[in-house]
Amino acid sequence: MSSRIWHIASNTFREAVRDRVLYNLIAFALLMSGAAVLVGQISIGIERLVVINLGLTAISLFGLVIAIFIGIGLVSKEIDKRTLYTVLSRPVRRWEFIAGKFFGLSGTLVVNTFFMAIGVFIALLYVSHHLTHADAGVLVALYFIILQFVILTALALLFSSFSSPLLSAVFAFSLFVIGSFAEDLRGFARLSHGIARWLATGAAYLVPNFSALNVVSQVAHQVSVSRQLIAYNTAYAVLYTLAVLSATALIFERRNLK
Amino acid sequence: MAAIEILGLEKTYSVGFWRKRPKRALHPLHLAIEDGEIFGFLGPNGAGKTTTLKMLMGLVFPSGGGARILGMDLDDPRMKAQIGFLPEQPYFYDYLTARELLTYYGQLSGVDSRQLPRKVDSTLERVGLRDATDVQLRKFSKGMLQRAGIAQAILHDPKVVFLDEPMSGLDPMGRREVRSLIEQLKAEGKTVFFSTHILSDAEALCDRVAVINLGQLRGVGAVAELTSGVRGKVEIVWQGTSVPAAIKSLGAETHVAGDTTRAIISEQHQDAAIEAVRRETLRLISVTPVRVSLEDYFMAQLKPSPEEVVAR
Repeated sequence: MSSRIWHIASNTFREAVRDRVLYNLIAFALLMSGAAVLVGQISIGIERLVVINLGLTAISLFGLVIAIFIGIGLVSKEIDKRTLYTVLSRPVRRWEFIAGKFFGLSGTLVVNTFFMAIGVFIALLYVSHHLTHADAGVLVALYFIILQFVILTALALLFSSFSSPLLSAVFAFSLFVIGSFAEDLRGFARLSHGIARWLATGAAYLVPNFSALNVVSQVAHQVSVSRQLIAYNTAYAVLYTLAVLSATALIFERRNLK
Repeated sequence: MAAIEILGLEKTYSVGFWRKRPKRALHPLHLAIEDGEIFGFLGPNGAGKTTTLKMLMGLVFPSGGGARILGMDLDDPRMKAQIGFLPEQPYFYDYLTARELLTYYGQLSGVDSRQLPRKVDSTLERVGLRDATDVQLRKFSKGMLQRAGIAQAILHDPKVVFLDEPMSGLDPMGRREVRSLIEQLKAEGKTVFFSTHILSDAEALCDRVAVINLGQLRGVGAVAELTSGVRGKVEIVWQGTSVPAAIKSLGAETHVAGDTTRAIISEQHQDAAIEAVRRETLRLISVTPVRVSLEDYFMAQLKPSPEEVVAR
């Protein structure tokens, strides 16, 4: 990574921290401790299942909100406030700026997820009194959640490079919802005929496949995740993110900053 | 070699939602700014000054023509490491302190990390922000932000400095300090290209100026050279309080103070006015040319040409 990308990424991370984005951790800590105490009292034998489901879903939602609402402002805010002028008048290429912003927000989300994951394991320890080998599956689910955030950050950045923050939020959130049903969309494509089949297949493969990255229920039920799926999802997330970032850079390279 | 060569740079925007129509923001502009020169780019709001600067900075892409800075293309990172830019009404990352802001910009400009802390401190001192180094920019006044903007533009010791309305938002003291800073930059051999509509600043500082209006270059040259082409006025002073009728008929502006009278009259009527004073046997005290200011020249350039009047 060039040093300029690193400096832009560090500054993006610092902005998120100073704008109190990590304060969501307090809300998460309260949610998890409350849930752990409550689950211990009302559920018999499924405490672990409830804590994992609740914890990972909450991590997903908190991260989703951060990725979309910070991601959509990453470029548009810099243009509106004209802070971009003093960056791009330096020896910084436009694609380096995009890459720096991407790594900065992705880093913020990884740090955020790390602290929330600690919260989930503490809650698990509280309800189960010990951790088992099967709990390692939670780490895989967390890894897949991070891959979702990475794709979502790239998408938010793409929309932010040419659209208003409001429309960018709508586009990114819509894609997240559609992507969460990507497997259903692929199933529908297989059952369709003619032009509808072509369109559905195109749409199914164009939207990010978030459903393949969601193994929360699986790990909560202590079903192991195959190594092939981990490798496939990693390759998919990397390639999809690279494609989206390339499109963002191409659009941004041609944009007049009025 | 010219520090900045602008070779027919032009910009046309498409305006309108459904039916796009072209709107020319800048007609082909040709300018050469010499190394070590302070060059003023003058024009009213909306004249095309900021558009020109944005194209030179690579923020807006030209519709035609091109430019070279220090002999390099506008997208050359080696060139960008040697220029500084202060945008109009700058706004910076307000969650950073002045020191953090300059450190960040220094890193992006490729300043040696060992020298950076020293450079940051000396630059903040130079622009009068020594006491605010660790204050977040969200607590800065408009004038302090302008100073921070100038600091980031000169931090990395650039060869060419572009300043868009550098005096904007500054009080008289601040303006004087910035003027002195620009003079220091020139003394250090740097080229300064600044846009302004404060003519007294341009007149006091610039080796040469260009006047632009409605996206068209109206004139370029040294201030004295430009103003010499404008027909001026003369001041005629005589003893006595009576004003000859012939002088009144020439459209003179007269003022009586004590037992002397002062008349400001167009240069072309100078001989007729002197003759009228003598005819009345009044004692002529002095005849002095009234210097044409840059403002007179500027205002003359802003008047639309007959072709523009027809086009409207």
